[in-house]
Amino acid sequence: MYQYTENDQTLIDERVAQFKRQTENYFKGELSEDEYRALRLRNGVYIQTHAPLLRVAGPYGLISSKQIRKLAHIARTYDKNYCHFTTRQNIQFNWPKLELVPEILAELATVQMHAIQTSGNCMRNTTSDHLAGVAVDEIDDPRPYCEIIRQWTTLHPEFDYLPRKFKIAVSGALNDRAATQFHDIGLHLVKDGTGEVGFKVFVGGGLGRTPIIGQVIKPFLEQKHLLSYLEAILRIYNLFGRRDNKYKARIKILVKETGLDKFTEMVDAEWAHLRDANELSAERVNEIKAHFASPAYDVKADSDHTFAEHKANDKAFATWLAHNTAAHKVSGYAAVFISLKAPDMPPGDITDVQLDAVADIADAYSFGEVRATHRQNLLLADVKQADLYTVWQKLVDLGLATPNIGTATDMICCPGLDFCSLANAGSIGIAKEINEALDDLDYIHDIGELKINMSGCMNGCAHQSVGHIGILGVDKKGAEWYQITLGGSSENNAAIGERLGPAVAKDEITSAITTILDVYIKNRLEEETFLEAVNRLGINPFKEQVYANN
Amino acid sequence: MQIIKDKQRVDNTWQFIADEESLVAGDITVSLARWLQDKATLIAHSGKVGLRLKAADTVADFAEDLGHIKLVELNFADFADGRSFSQAWLLRGRYHYQDEIRAIGHYLPEQVFYLSRVGVNAYASDKTSALDSVLNNLNDFTVKYQPSII
Repeated sequence: MYQYTENDQTLIDERVAQFKRQTENYFKGELSEDEYRALRLRNGVYIQTHAPLLRVAGPYGLISSKQIRKLAHIARTYDKNYCHFTTRQNIQFNWPKLELVPEILAELATVQMHAIQTSGNCMRNTTSDHLAGVAVDEIDDPRPYCEIIRQWTTLHPEFDYLPRKFKIAVSGALNDRAATQFHDIGLHLVKDGTGEVGFKVFVGGGLGRTPIIGQVIKPFLEQKHLLSYLEAILRIYNLFGRRDNKYKARIKILVKETGLDKFTEMVDAEWAHLRDANELSAERVNEIKAHFASPAYDVKADSDHTFAEHKANDKAFATWLAHNTAAHKVSGYAAVFISLKAPDMPPGDITDVQLDAVADIADAYSFGEVRATHRQNLLLADVKQADLYTVWQKLVDLGLATPNIGTATDMICCPGLDFCSLANAGSIGIAKEINEALDDLDYIHDIGELKINMSGCMNGCAHQSVGHIGILGVDKKGAEWYQITLGGSSENNAAIGERLGPAVAKDEITSAITTILDVYIKNRLEEETFLEAVNRLGINPFKEQVYANN
Repeated sequence: MQIIKDKQRVDNTWQFIADEESLVAGDITVSLARWLQDKATLIAHSGKVGLRLKAADTVADFAEDLGHIKLVELNFADFADGRSFSQAWLLRGRYHYQDEIRAIGHYLPEQVFYLSRVGVNAYASDKTSALDSVLNNLNDFTVKYQPSII
């Protein structure tokens, strides 16, 4: 993974010093609440229901074992012994003391981590495919481009006070695992007729209150133009994005109101001034690519026989393999998911003890690297098949081997009313209730691939509008109610879920979900996934049963 | 009143002329609307002329006149309105404007490092103490990732 140069380190050290001064000036009364708010947000600090929330950047999801140990230390020292992984591959602490945040940031800086631009109306952490560099369907490794974008977006002097937040995601594979079409800018690595790698550029996607699927603004952008083209889009957005209404300030609204053709014309006119002056050199790309060279894989990894024996003899291991591992481009290796969706833990949460143990496992079995996934799990990208059984046993002992990746209980869930000052309804409690109702693993595995996303308010942090089943908490006269959508998808076949009907009461939401699953089981064709069944059947059969029973 | 210009405290010598006011001798600033309306008179003015820009103003509207304009003031009504940053960049990067670009109004001394990188070289403030912060904060970072004006 990328290792900081002296310049990178200096930059984050100087940022820590700057934020320390800003925080001191705030406590001295020299910065107003509003002024400090803008500054602290750009350093990852929200003020939540109970305490500040600190969001630390996980650059395109890559975290070293050393960094994982630092997160464990911070959870132990400054928080309540746990942290939370987000859908944008970041890490959140829910209970830090505001006056100690500069100290926490200084600790993070010692392991090349920071919280720069993890919130606020600026360019956020660039996200990517958690299988980057190891996926079997990869066109090219997106990580070097993510790093180039990370550097370009970090402390960009012109684009730090945008109309609204701005998120970029990059996918290098045939299958989009980074929800790129729901980002302000989505980049797909593609090859042109000559085999040259460039970018298919999507713009104006987004979730939240007005979910919109991104549109293709540039079918093929040459690599050398990457940064000048991003600059052109950002300048047009900065100058013309709406600033009169925060709910209409995202670039998706600018693109929608301007129309894609006109918007493209504006970007191209701006780009014409920039493209030749600001090229990304092949040397620069290669220099960054060197940071992401493949680790020293064992060329004989696939000659191991113990793996097949364990798989044949241990049903629980075989089940875990089927659900919690992904194919690897190198024969004899697998990518291993660490499930942060154990029934007794809030989705995405992990304790300090678990973090330390994960760091040890990563060091011993996966080249010292851990990745955060878009669906709030972790991944060990490079585990030898001979080590899978041992890794599984260790994860079982830690409660991190629930074999549910990609299934009904692998829910994406926001902090909801328990922590978030914006929420209208609880989400963690509902996730727990659904988990309890679906406590039969065979049933969950029979249902198969299913993405349930649940947000506690219409800001949609848990991407409910693109869940195969989406659950949205709403407030009705002070009571918590839940709207259900079906058929959403953030993958290649991007779609926004259709609303099932009126919201259901809190005590009925879990039975509504189980009813929906029953309808699927009864009506599915052979090998038909839940999403395929919804697309074939439409929502009516589900609607009839849910509202008949509730 | 003193301002910071090119990292030095200097006296402000420019006079603010409201849209309905008559011109006075010496160096004056006018709004973009006034400039576009009275351009010939203003070009003939004996002193220097500066433009006061709002965040919503378009740089291209007066770019061809920049040879006559010796100061552009970026007036921040709201420090979070980032359009002024792009205006400064366009003035320097696109139109190669060489004279003074000054931040006034409600920008934050905490923003001056970024402002300097997009080409702002002067800072006014109602609070004298803020000028010390401006001078200090211009040195917040010694490294950067992107090409910029300075």
